Amino acid sequence: MLCDVCKCNDATVFLTQILEGKMQKVNLCDSCSKEKGVQDPTGFALADLLLGIGAAEEIEKGAPTQKCTVCGFTQADFKKTGRLGCSACYITFSEGLGSLLKAMHKGTEHIGKLPQRAHREIELADRMRTLTHDLQKAVAEENYESAAALRDQIKQLETQSATSPR
Amino acid sequence: MKFANVIAAGGEWLRGEGPHHQIVISSRVRLARNLRHRSFPGWAKKTERTQVLELIKPRVEELPEMQDSFSELLQDLSALEKQVLVERHLISREHAAKSVGSAVIMNRRQTLSIMVNEEDHLRMQSIRSGLQLKNAFKLVDKVDSTLEGKLDFAYDPRLGYLTACPTNVGTGMRASAMLHLPGLVLSEMINQVIQAVNKIGLAVRGLYGEGTEAMGNLFQISNQTTLGEKEEEIVSRLSKVIETIIEKEHDARQMLIQKKSNTLWDQIGRAYGVLTFAHAMTSKEALNLLSIIKLGVDLGAFPEDRRLPIDELFIDTQPAHLQKSSQQKLNAEERDELRAQIIRERLRVFPKPDISKVARESTGNGTSSEPTHNE
Repeated sequence: MLCDVCKCNDATVFLTQILEGKMQKVNLCDSCSKEKGVQDPTGFALADLLLGIGAAEEIEKGAPTQKCTVCGFTQADFKKTGRLGCSACYITFSEGLGSLLKAMHKGTEHIGKLPQRAHREIELADRMRTLTHDLQKAVAEENYESAAALRDQIKQLETQSATSPR
Repeated sequence: MKFANVIAAGGEWLRGEGPHHQIVISSRVRLARNLRHRSFPGWAKKTERTQVLELIKPRVEELPEMQDSFSELLQDLSALEKQVLVERHLISREHAAKSVGSAVIMNRRQTLSIMVNEEDHLRMQSIRSGLQLKNAFKLVDKVDSTLEGKLDFAYDPRLGYLTACPTNVGTGMRASAMLHLPGLVLSEMINQVIQAVNKIGLAVRGLYGEGTEAMGNLFQISNQTTLGEKEEEIVSRLSKVIETIIEKEHDARQMLIQKKSNTLWDQIGRAYGVLTFAHAMTSKEALNLLSIIKLGVDLGAFPEDRRLPIDELFIDTQPAHLQKSSQQKLNAEERDELRAQIIRERLRVFPKPDISKVARESTGNGTSSEPTHNE
Protein backbone atom coordinates (compact mmCIF):
# COMPACT_ATOMS: atom_id res chain seq x y z
CA MET A 1 0.00 0.00 0.00
CA LEU A 2 1.34 3.40 -0.97
CA CYS A 3 1.58 6.44 1.31
CA ASP A 4 -1.41 8.80 0.97
CA VAL A 5 0.77 11.87 1.09
CA CYS A 6 3.80 11.31 -1.15
CA LYS A 7 2.25 8.42 -3.08
CA CYS A 8 5.66 6.88 -3.77
CA ASN A 9 6.84 5.05 -0.66
CA ASP A 10 5.19 2.07 1.01
CA ALA A 11 2.94 3.02 3.90
CA THR A 12 4.13 1.81 7.29
CA VAL A 13 2.02 4.01 9.59
CA PHE A 14 -1.74 3.45 9.60
CA LEU A 15 -3.98 5.91 11.34
CA THR A 16 -7.69 5.67 12.06
CA GLN A 17 -9.79 8.32 13.67
CA ILE A 18 -13.49 8.34 14.37
CA LEU A 19 -14.96 11.80 14.13
CA GLU A 20 -18.62 11.98 15.12
CA GLY A 21 -19.20 8.39 14.12
CA LYS A 22 -17.43 8.75 10.80
CA MET A 23 -14.28 6.70 10.36
CA GLN A 24 -11.34 8.19 8.52
CA LYS A 25 -8.17 6.34 7.64
CA VAL A 26 -4.79 7.57 6.56
CA ASN A 27 -1.82 5.50 5.46
CA LEU A 28 1.62 7.05 5.63
CA CYS A 29 5.20 6.13 4.89
CA ASP A 30 7.85 6.52 7.54
CA SER A 31 9.25 9.84 6.32
CA CYS A 32 5.86 11.50 5.74
CA SER A 33 4.65 10.43 9.17
CA LYS A 34 7.70 12.10 10.70
CA GLU A 35 7.29 15.19 8.58
CA LYS A 36 3.65 15.51 9.59
CA GLY A 37 4.58 15.06 13.23
CA VAL A 38 2.52 11.92 13.66
CA GLN A 39 3.91 10.20 16.71
CA ASP A 40 1.24 10.54 19.29
CA PRO A 41 -2.10 9.36 17.88
CA THR A 42 -3.95 11.45 20.44
CA GLY A 43 -2.23 14.60 19.28
CA PHE A 44 -3.85 17.36 17.31
CA ALA A 45 -1.58 16.88 14.31
CA LEU A 46 -3.58 13.81 13.35
CA ALA A 47 -6.77 15.78 13.00
CA ASP A 48 -5.02 18.35 10.82
CA LEU A 49 -3.63 15.65 8.64
CA LEU A 50 -6.88 13.79 8.29
CA LEU A 51 -8.71 16.95 7.41
CA GLY A 52 -6.17 17.82 4.75
CA ILE A 53 -6.42 14.49 2.97
CA GLY A 54 -10.00 13.52 3.75
CA ALA A 55 -11.19 16.93 2.65
CA ALA A 56 -10.16 16.42 -0.96
CA GLU A 57 -12.15 13.21 -1.21
CA GLU A 58 -15.22 14.89 0.21
CA ILE A 59 -15.04 17.64 -2.34
CA GLU A 60 -14.47 15.17 -5.14
CA LYS A 61 -17.74 13.46 -4.33
CA GLY A 62 -19.67 16.70 -4.43
CA ALA A 63 -18.32 18.35 -7.54
CA PRO A 64 -16.41 16.17 -9.93
CA THR A 65 -15.84 18.65 -12.75
CA GLN A 66 -16.45 22.01 -11.16
CA LYS A 67 -14.19 25.01 -11.44
CA CYS A 68 -14.53 28.24 -9.47
CA THR A 69 -15.68 30.97 -11.86
CA VAL A 70 -14.00 33.68 -9.80
CA CYS A 71 -10.50 32.26 -9.35
CA GLY A 72 -10.32 29.15 -11.57
CA PHE A 73 -9.64 26.81 -8.66
CA THR A 74 -10.52 23.12 -9.13
CA GLN A 75 -11.04 20.17 -6.80
CA ALA A 76 -7.73 18.74 -7.99
CA ASP A 77 -6.04 21.84 -6.59
CA PHE A 78 -7.79 21.33 -3.28
CA LYS A 79 -6.54 17.76 -3.19
CA LYS A 80 -2.99 19.03 -3.60
CA THR A 81 -3.06 21.83 -1.04
CA GLY A 82 -5.97 21.26 1.35
CA ARG A 83 -6.71 25.00 0.97
CA LEU A 84 -9.33 26.75 -1.16
CA GLY A 85 -8.68 29.32 -3.92
CA CYS A 86 -10.87 32.26 -2.88
CA SER A 87 -13.96 33.09 -0.83
CA ALA A 88 -16.25 32.24 -3.78
CA CYS A 89 -14.94 28.64 -3.71
CA TYR A 90 -17.15 28.13 -0.66
CA ILE A 91 -20.15 28.58 -2.97
CA THR A 92 -18.68 26.67 -5.91
CA PHE A 93 -17.82 23.63 -3.83
CA SER A 94 -20.58 24.05 -1.25
CA GLU A 95 -21.99 20.58 -1.77
CA GLY A 96 -18.79 18.73 -0.95
CA LEU A 97 -17.76 21.21 1.72
CA GLY A 98 -21.02 20.82 3.65
CA SER A 99 -20.32 17.38 5.05
CA LEU A 100 -16.66 18.17 5.47
CA LEU A 101 -17.41 21.21 7.64
CA LYS A 102 -19.93 19.20 9.60
CA ALA A 103 -17.31 16.59 10.47
CA MET A 104 -14.72 19.23 11.25
CA HIS A 105 -16.60 21.71 13.42
CA LYS A 106 -18.90 21.96 16.37
CA GLY A 107 -21.80 23.32 14.32
CA THR A 108 -22.65 24.06 10.71
CA GLU A 109 -23.60 27.70 11.10
CA HIS A 110 -21.68 30.73 12.24
CA ILE A 111 -23.20 32.28 15.36
CA GLY A 112 -20.34 34.63 16.26
CA LYS A 113 -19.33 38.10 15.20
CA LEU A 114 -21.14 39.86 12.34
CA PRO A 115 -19.45 42.61 10.37
CA GLN A 116 -21.35 45.92 10.34
CA ARG A 117 -22.11 45.43 6.67
CA ALA A 118 -23.79 42.12 7.43
CA HIS A 119 -25.95 43.89 10.02
CA ARG A 120 -27.13 46.26 7.26
CA GLU A 121 -27.86 43.39 4.91
CA ILE A 122 -29.90 41.60 7.55
CA GLU A 123 -31.86 44.79 8.26
CA LEU A 124 -32.62 45.21 4.57
CA ALA A 125 -33.75 41.60 4.29
CA ASP A 126 -36.00 42.03 7.33
CA ARG A 127 -37.59 45.13 5.91
CA MET A 128 -38.09 43.43 2.59
CA ARG A 129 -39.90 40.55 4.28
CA THR A 130 -42.23 42.91 6.14
CA LEU A 131 -43.01 44.92 3.02
CA THR A 132 -43.70 41.82 0.92
CA HIS A 133 -46.01 40.51 3.60
CA ASP A 134 -47.86 43.82 3.81
CA LEU A 135 -48.15 43.95 0.03
CA GLN A 136 -49.76 40.51 -0.12
CA LYS A 137 -52.13 41.53 2.60
CA ALA A 138 -53.04 44.76 0.81
CA VAL A 139 -53.70 42.90 -2.45
CA ALA A 140 -55.82 40.32 -0.67
CA GLU A 141 -57.84 43.12 0.89
CA GLU A 142 -58.07 44.80 -2.52
CA ASN A 143 -56.51 47.87 -1.03
CA TYR A 144 -54.79 48.84 -4.28
CA GLU A 145 -53.73 52.29 -3.24
CA SER A 146 -51.50 51.12 -0.41
CA ALA A 147 -50.40 48.12 -2.51
CA ALA A 148 -49.02 50.51 -5.11
CA ALA A 149 -47.19 52.48 -2.44
CA LEU A 150 -45.75 49.27 -0.99
CA ARG A 151 -44.66 48.08 -4.44
CA ASP A 152 -42.76 51.34 -4.92
CA GLN A 153 -41.07 50.96 -1.56
CA ILE A 154 -40.00 47.40 -2.43
CA LYS A 155 -38.55 48.59 -5.74
CA GLN A 156 -36.62 51.30 -3.97
CA LEU A 157 -35.27 48.81 -1.41
CA GLU A 158 -34.21 46.45 -4.19
CA THR A 159 -32.11 49.10 -5.90
CA GLN A 160 -30.69 50.05 -2.53
CA SER A 161 -29.48 46.56 -1.70
CA ALA A 162 -28.18 46.00 -5.25
CA THR A 163 -25.98 49.08 -5.04
CA SER A 164 -24.72 48.47 -1.50
CA PRO A 165 -21.24 46.93 -1.60
CA ARG A 166 -21.12 43.16 -1.62
CA MET B 1 10.69 51.62 14.31
CA LYS B 2 13.82 49.70 13.35
CA PHE B 3 14.44 45.99 13.73
CA ALA B 4 17.19 46.61 16.30
CA ASN B 5 14.59 48.33 18.49
CA VAL B 6 12.29 45.33 18.23
CA ILE B 7 15.06 43.15 19.57
CA ALA B 8 15.99 45.56 22.33
CA ALA B 9 12.40 46.27 23.38
CA GLY B 10 11.76 42.65 24.29
CA GLY B 11 7.99 42.81 24.19
CA GLU B 12 5.42 42.78 26.93
CA TRP B 13 4.77 39.04 27.09
CA LEU B 14 8.45 38.22 27.59
CA ARG B 15 8.48 40.13 30.88
CA GLY B 16 6.00 37.69 32.36
CA GLU B 17 3.84 39.79 34.66
CA GLY B 18 0.33 38.69 33.71
CA PRO B 19 -2.11 36.70 35.88
CA HIS B 20 -0.95 33.12 36.68
CA HIS B 21 2.35 33.96 35.00
CA GLN B 22 4.19 31.17 36.84
CA ILE B 23 2.37 28.57 34.78
CA VAL B 24 0.83 30.47 31.87
CA ILE B 25 3.65 32.00 29.84
CA SER B 26 1.46 33.77 27.32
CA SER B 27 -2.03 34.04 25.85
CA ARG B 28 -2.65 34.56 22.17
CA VAL B 29 -5.71 35.20 20.03
CA ARG B 30 -5.58 35.43 16.28
CA LEU B 31 -8.25 36.26 13.74
CA ALA B 32 -8.06 35.26 10.07
CA ARG B 33 -9.69 37.55 7.51
CA ASN B 34 -9.75 37.69 3.71
CA LEU B 35 -10.84 40.16 1.08
CA ARG B 36 -13.94 39.21 -0.88
CA HIS B 37 -13.41 37.65 -4.32
CA ARG B 38 -9.65 37.92 -4.21
CA SER B 39 -7.65 34.73 -4.48
CA PHE B 40 -6.25 33.53 -1.16
CA PRO B 41 -2.48 34.10 -0.88
CA GLY B 42 -1.59 30.45 -1.55
CA TRP B 43 -3.50 30.50 -4.85
CA ALA B 44 -2.97 34.11 -5.96
CA LYS B 45 -0.37 35.07 -8.55
CA LYS B 46 2.45 37.33 -7.43
CA THR B 47 0.87 40.48 -8.97
CA GLU B 48 -2.45 39.78 -7.25
CA ARG B 49 -0.75 39.18 -3.91
CA THR B 50 1.07 42.49 -4.29
CA GLN B 51 -2.21 44.28 -5.10
CA VAL B 52 -3.83 42.86 -1.99
CA LEU B 53 -0.82 43.83 0.07
CA GLU B 54 -1.02 47.40 -1.24
CA LEU B 55 -4.70 47.54 -0.30
CA ILE B 56 -4.24 46.20 3.20
CA LYS B 57 -0.87 47.46 4.46
CA PRO B 58 -1.67 51.22 4.58
CA ARG B 59 -5.00 50.49 6.31
CA VAL B 60 -3.18 48.52 8.99
CA GLU B 61 -0.42 51.10 9.41
CA GLU B 62 -2.94 53.89 10.01
CA LEU B 63 -4.63 52.04 12.88
CA PRO B 64 -4.42 53.99 16.16
CA GLU B 65 -3.01 50.82 17.74
CA MET B 66 -0.16 50.89 15.22
CA GLN B 67 1.28 54.31 16.02
CA ASP B 68 5.05 53.92 16.16
CA SER B 69 4.91 50.47 14.68
CA PHE B 70 7.41 48.16 13.08
CA SER B 71 6.30 47.49 9.51
CA GLU B 72 8.35 45.51 7.04
CA LEU B 73 7.96 43.66 3.77
CA LEU B 74 9.03 40.06 4.14
CA GLN B 75 11.55 40.32 1.29
CA ASP B 76 13.34 43.08 3.20
CA LEU B 77 13.95 40.91 6.27
CA SER B 78 16.94 38.57 6.43
CA ALA B 79 16.41 34.88 7.15
CA LEU B 80 17.86 35.44 10.60
CA GLU B 81 15.56 38.37 11.39
CA LYS B 82 12.52 36.35 10.32
CA GLN B 83 13.66 33.53 12.57
CA VAL B 84 14.00 35.91 15.53
CA LEU B 85 10.38 36.97 14.99
CA VAL B 86 9.32 33.31 14.86
CA GLU B 87 11.12 32.58 18.13
CA ARG B 88 9.22 35.47 19.71
CA HIS B 89 5.93 34.15 18.29
CA LEU B 90 5.40 37.41 16.43
CA ILE B 91 5.14 35.70 13.07
CA SER B 92 4.43 32.08 12.17
CA ARG B 93 6.91 29.65 10.70
CA GLU B 94 4.84 29.64 7.49
CA HIS B 95 5.01 33.41 7.27
CA ALA B 96 8.80 33.39 7.71
CA ALA B 97 8.99 31.34 4.50
CA LYS B 98 7.19 34.09 2.55
CA SER B 99 8.89 36.79 0.52
CA VAL B 100 7.52 39.17 -2.13
CA GLY B 101 3.88 40.12 -1.54
CA SER B 102 3.84 39.57 2.23
CA ALA B 103 4.40 41.89 5.18
CA VAL B 104 4.35 42.08 8.96
CA ILE B 105 3.26 45.05 11.07
CA MET B 106 3.53 45.07 14.86
CA ASN B 107 3.14 47.63 17.63
CA ARG B 108 5.98 48.79 19.87
CA ARG B 109 4.84 46.79 22.89
CA GLN B 110 4.66 43.71 20.67
CA THR B 111 1.19 42.92 21.94
CA LEU B 112 -0.27 43.15 18.45
CA SER B 113 1.18 41.69 15.29
CA ILE B 114 -0.49 41.58 11.91
CA MET B 115 0.64 39.36 9.07
CA VAL B 116 -0.42 40.25 5.54
CA ASN B 117 -0.65 37.41 3.03
CA GLU B 118 0.20 34.52 5.26
CA GLU B 119 -2.23 31.66 4.58
CA ASP B 120 -5.02 34.24 4.66
CA HIS B 121 -4.88 37.86 3.51
CA LEU B 122 -4.89 39.01 7.12
CA ARG B 123 -3.80 37.24 10.27
CA MET B 124 -4.20 39.53 13.27
CA GLN B 125 -2.70 38.35 16.51
CA SER B 126 -2.62 39.69 20.01
CA ILE B 127 -0.17 38.19 22.50
CA ARG B 128 -0.22 38.95 26.22
CA SER B 129 1.71 37.77 29.24
CA GLY B 130 0.05 35.22 31.55
CA LEU B 131 -3.58 34.16 31.33
CA GLN B 132 -5.19 37.10 29.52
CA LEU B 133 -7.17 35.51 26.70
CA LYS B 134 -10.07 37.93 27.19
CA ASN B 135 -7.83 40.99 26.94
CA ALA B 136 -6.04 39.54 23.93
CA PHE B 137 -9.39 38.91 22.25
CA LYS B 138 -10.63 42.42 23.04
CA LEU B 139 -7.64 43.97 21.32
CA VAL B 140 -7.83 41.98 18.05
CA ASP B 141 -11.60 42.29 18.01
CA LYS B 142 -11.31 46.08 18.17
CA VAL B 143 -8.71 46.14 15.40
CA ASP B 144 -10.92 43.88 13.28
CA SER B 145 -13.92 46.18 13.78
CA THR B 146 -11.89 49.19 12.66
CA LEU B 147 -10.51 47.41 9.60
CA GLU B 148 -13.84 46.02 8.42
CA GLY B 149 -15.01 49.59 7.80
CA LYS B 150 -12.17 50.10 5.35
CA LEU B 151 -11.74 46.67 3.78
CA ASP B 152 -14.34 44.40 2.21
CA PHE B 153 -13.96 41.18 4.18
CA ALA B 154 -15.19 37.88 2.76
CA TYR B 155 -18.15 36.93 4.90
CA ASP B 156 -21.05 34.55 4.40
CA PRO B 157 -24.21 34.87 6.51
CA ARG B 158 -24.26 31.12 7.15
CA LEU B 159 -20.55 30.24 7.28
CA GLY B 160 -19.18 33.44 8.80
CA TYR B 161 -15.70 34.62 7.88
CA LEU B 162 -14.33 32.68 4.92
CA THR B 163 -10.76 31.41 5.18
CA ALA B 164 -8.28 29.60 2.93
CA CYS B 165 -8.45 26.49 5.09
CA PRO B 166 -11.92 25.15 5.97
CA THR B 167 -10.67 24.41 9.50
CA ASN B 168 -10.70 28.17 10.25
CA VAL B 169 -14.04 29.15 8.71
CA GLY B 170 -16.65 30.81 10.95
CA THR B 171 -14.98 32.95 13.57
CA GLY B 172 -11.55 32.63 11.93
CA MET B 173 -10.33 32.66 15.51
CA ARG B 174 -7.67 30.61 17.20
CA ALA B 175 -7.18 31.30 20.89
CA SER B 176 -4.24 29.64 22.59
CA ALA B 177 -2.11 29.73 25.70
CA MET B 178 1.40 28.53 26.32
CA LEU B 179 1.66 26.60 29.57
CA HIS B 180 4.67 25.47 31.58
CA LEU B 181 3.75 22.11 33.13
CA PRO B 182 6.83 20.45 34.65
CA GLY B 183 4.83 19.08 37.60
CA LEU B 184 2.41 17.17 35.39
CA VAL B 185 5.27 15.86 33.22
CA LEU B 186 7.46 14.76 36.18
CA SER B 187 4.52 13.04 37.86
CA GLU B 188 3.65 11.37 34.54
CA MET B 189 0.11 12.71 34.51
CA ILE B 190 0.49 14.88 31.43
CA ASN B 191 -0.86 12.37 28.90
CA GLN B 192 -3.98 11.92 31.00
CA VAL B 193 -4.54 15.68 30.97
CA ILE B 194 -3.89 15.90 27.23
CA GLN B 195 -6.41 13.16 26.51
CA ALA B 196 -9.07 14.70 28.74
CA VAL B 197 -8.65 18.08 27.08
CA ASN B 198 -8.71 16.57 23.57
CA LYS B 199 -12.03 14.94 24.36
CA ILE B 200 -13.73 18.29 24.89
CA GLY B 201 -12.72 19.66 21.52
CA LEU B 202 -9.60 21.53 22.55
CA ALA B 203 -6.11 20.74 21.35
CA VAL B 204 -2.97 20.39 23.44
CA ARG B 205 0.42 19.96 21.92
CA GLY B 206 4.00 20.30 22.96
CA LEU B 207 5.39 23.63 21.91
CA TYR B 208 8.27 21.68 20.42
CA GLY B 209 7.50 17.95 20.26
CA GLU B 210 4.55 15.90 21.51
CA GLY B 211 3.31 14.49 24.83
CA THR B 212 5.98 13.69 27.40
CA GLU B 213 8.57 14.46 24.74
CA ALA B 214 7.60 18.14 24.81
CA MET B 215 10.75 20.21 25.16
CA GLY B 216 11.02 22.54 28.11
CA ASN B 217 7.72 21.10 29.45
CA LEU B 218 5.98 23.76 27.38
CA PHE B 219 2.55 23.05 25.98
CA GLN B 220 0.14 24.95 23.84
CA ILE B 221 -3.59 24.59 24.33
CA SER B 222 -6.06 25.98 21.81
CA ASN B 223 -9.56 25.70 20.39
CA GLN B 224 -9.86 23.18 17.60
CA THR B 225 -13.07 24.30 15.93
CA THR B 226 -14.21 27.68 14.68
CA LEU B 227 -17.74 27.15 13.40
CA GLY B 228 -20.87 26.92 15.54
CA GLU B 229 -19.59 28.65 18.67
CA LYS B 230 -19.34 32.34 19.55
CA GLU B 231 -15.92 33.95 20.02
CA GLU B 232 -16.62 34.89 23.65
CA GLU B 233 -17.80 31.35 24.41
CA ILE B 234 -14.66 29.82 22.94
CA VAL B 235 -12.47 32.20 24.93
CA SER B 236 -14.24 31.63 28.23
CA ARG B 237 -14.43 27.85 27.77
CA LEU B 238 -10.71 27.77 27.04
CA SER B 239 -9.92 30.03 30.02
CA LYS B 240 -11.87 27.76 32.36
CA VAL B 241 -10.08 24.65 31.13
CA ILE B 242 -6.74 26.40 31.57
CA GLU B 243 -7.64 27.35 35.14
CA THR B 244 -8.36 23.68 35.83
CA ILE B 245 -5.01 22.67 34.34
CA ILE B 246 -3.29 25.28 36.53
CA GLU B 247 -4.89 23.64 39.59
CA LYS B 248 -3.78 20.19 38.42
CA GLU B 249 -0.26 21.46 37.92
CA HIS B 250 -0.22 22.91 41.46
CA ASP B 251 -1.52 19.61 42.86
CA ALA B 252 1.12 17.68 40.93
CA ARG B 253 3.86 19.93 42.32
CA GLN B 254 2.63 19.45 45.89
CA MET B 255 2.47 15.73 45.32
CA LEU B 256 6.08 15.76 44.09
CA ILE B 257 7.23 17.77 47.13
CA GLN B 258 5.49 15.41 49.51
CA LYS B 259 6.04 12.04 47.90
CA LYS B 260 8.97 12.35 45.55
CA SER B 261 10.94 15.15 47.10
CA ASN B 262 14.31 13.48 46.62
CA THR B 263 13.71 13.03 42.88
CA LEU B 264 12.65 16.67 42.69
CA TRP B 265 15.70 18.05 44.54
CA ASP B 266 17.91 15.78 42.48
CA GLN B 267 16.45 17.16 39.24
CA ILE B 268 16.84 20.77 40.38
CA GLY B 269 20.39 20.17 41.65
CA ARG B 270 21.45 18.46 38.43
CA ALA B 271 19.90 21.15 36.27
CA TYR B 272 21.72 23.80 38.30
CA GLY B 273 25.00 21.91 38.09
CA VAL B 274 24.91 21.27 34.37
CA LEU B 275 23.75 24.78 33.45
CA THR B 276 26.41 26.37 35.65
CA PHE B 277 29.33 24.31 34.37
CA ALA B 278 28.58 22.96 30.89
CA HIS B 279 30.57 24.18 27.89
CA ALA B 280 28.34 22.86 25.14
CA MET B 281 24.59 22.67 25.19
CA THR B 282 21.92 21.93 22.59
CA SER B 283 18.77 23.99 22.50
CA LYS B 284 16.75 20.96 23.61
CA GLU B 285 18.92 20.32 26.68
CA ALA B 286 18.87 24.03 27.56
CA LEU B 287 15.08 24.22 27.39
CA ASN B 288 14.63 21.12 29.52
CA LEU B 289 17.09 22.24 32.20
CA LEU B 290 15.86 25.84 32.27
CA SER B 291 12.36 24.46 32.76
CA ILE B 292 13.51 22.69 35.93
CA ILE B 293 15.22 25.85 37.22
CA LYS B 294 12.02 27.80 36.51
CA LEU B 295 10.15 25.20 38.55
CA GLY B 296 12.76 25.72 41.29
CA VAL B 297 12.02 29.47 41.31
CA ASP B 298 8.26 28.78 41.46
CA LEU B 299 8.79 26.46 44.44
CA GLY B 300 11.03 28.89 46.29
CA ALA B 301 14.31 27.01 45.93
CA PHE B 302 15.73 30.09 44.19
CA PRO B 303 14.92 33.72 45.07
CA GLU B 304 12.04 35.32 43.21
CA ASP B 305 14.25 38.03 41.67
CA ARG B 306 16.00 35.28 39.67
CA ARG B 307 12.85 34.63 37.68
CA LEU B 308 13.37 37.20 34.93
CA PRO B 309 16.91 36.10 33.96
CA ILE B 310 15.66 32.52 33.58
CA ASP B 311 12.62 33.54 31.54
CA GLU B 312 14.87 35.60 29.29
CA LEU B 313 17.20 32.65 28.74
CA PHE B 314 14.31 30.61 27.31
CA ILE B 315 14.23 33.07 24.40
CA ASP B 316 17.85 34.24 24.27
CA THR B 317 19.21 30.70 23.85
CA GLN B 318 17.06 29.98 20.78
CA PRO B 319 19.19 29.56 17.62
CA ALA B 320 18.31 32.82 15.84
CA HIS B 321 18.55 34.94 19.00
CA LEU B 322 22.02 33.51 19.67
CA GLN B 323 23.22 34.36 16.19
CA LYS B 324 21.65 37.80 16.28
CA SER B 325 23.42 38.60 19.56
CA SER B 326 26.79 37.37 18.24
CA GLN B 327 26.12 39.16 14.93
CA GLN B 328 27.32 36.26 12.84
CA LYS B 329 26.09 33.03 11.37
CA LEU B 330 27.11 30.09 13.53
CA ASN B 331 27.09 26.37 12.87
CA ALA B 332 25.38 24.01 15.31
CA GLU B 333 28.57 23.31 17.27
CA GLU B 334 29.41 26.99 17.66
CA ARG B 335 25.84 27.70 18.74
CA ASP B 336 25.98 25.02 21.44
CA GLU B 337 29.21 26.52 22.72
CA LEU B 338 27.87 30.08 22.75
CA ARG B 339 24.62 28.94 24.35
CA ALA B 340 26.49 27.27 27.22
CA GLN B 341 28.68 30.35 27.62
CA ILE B 342 25.71 32.75 27.84
CA ILE B 343 23.97 30.52 30.37
CA ARG B 344 27.12 30.20 32.51
CA GLU B 345 27.55 33.98 32.54
CA ARG B 346 23.96 34.66 33.56
CA LEU B 347 24.04 31.96 36.25
CA ARG B 348 27.32 33.17 37.73
CA VAL B 349 25.40 35.33 40.23
CA PHE B 350 22.76 32.66 40.76
CA PRO B 351 22.66 31.25 44.32
CA LYS B 352 22.69 27.50 44.95
CA PRO B 353 19.26 25.87 45.28
CA ASP B 354 17.97 26.11 48.84
CA ILE B 355 15.35 23.47 49.49
CA SER B 356 14.69 24.63 53.05
CA LYS B 357 12.83 27.60 51.53
CA VAL B 358 10.39 25.46 49.56
CA ALA B 359 6.81 26.24 50.47
CA ARG B 360 4.87 23.20 51.49
CA GLU B 361 1.10 23.54 51.41
CA SER B 362 -0.46 21.63 54.27
CA THR B 363 -3.85 21.62 52.59
CA GLY B 364 -3.04 20.44 49.08
CA ASN B 365 -6.25 18.93 47.64
CA GLY B 366 -6.20 15.55 49.31
CA THR B 367 -2.62 14.82 48.42
CA SER B 368 -1.10 16.02 51.66
CA SER B 369 -1.94 13.94 54.69
CA GLU B 370 -0.98 10.49 53.43
CA PRO B 371 2.29 9.07 54.71
CA THR B 372 5.25 9.14 52.34
CA HIS B 373 5.86 6.00 50.34
CA ASN B 374 9.31 4.53 50.10
CA GLU B 375 11.03 5.43 46.87
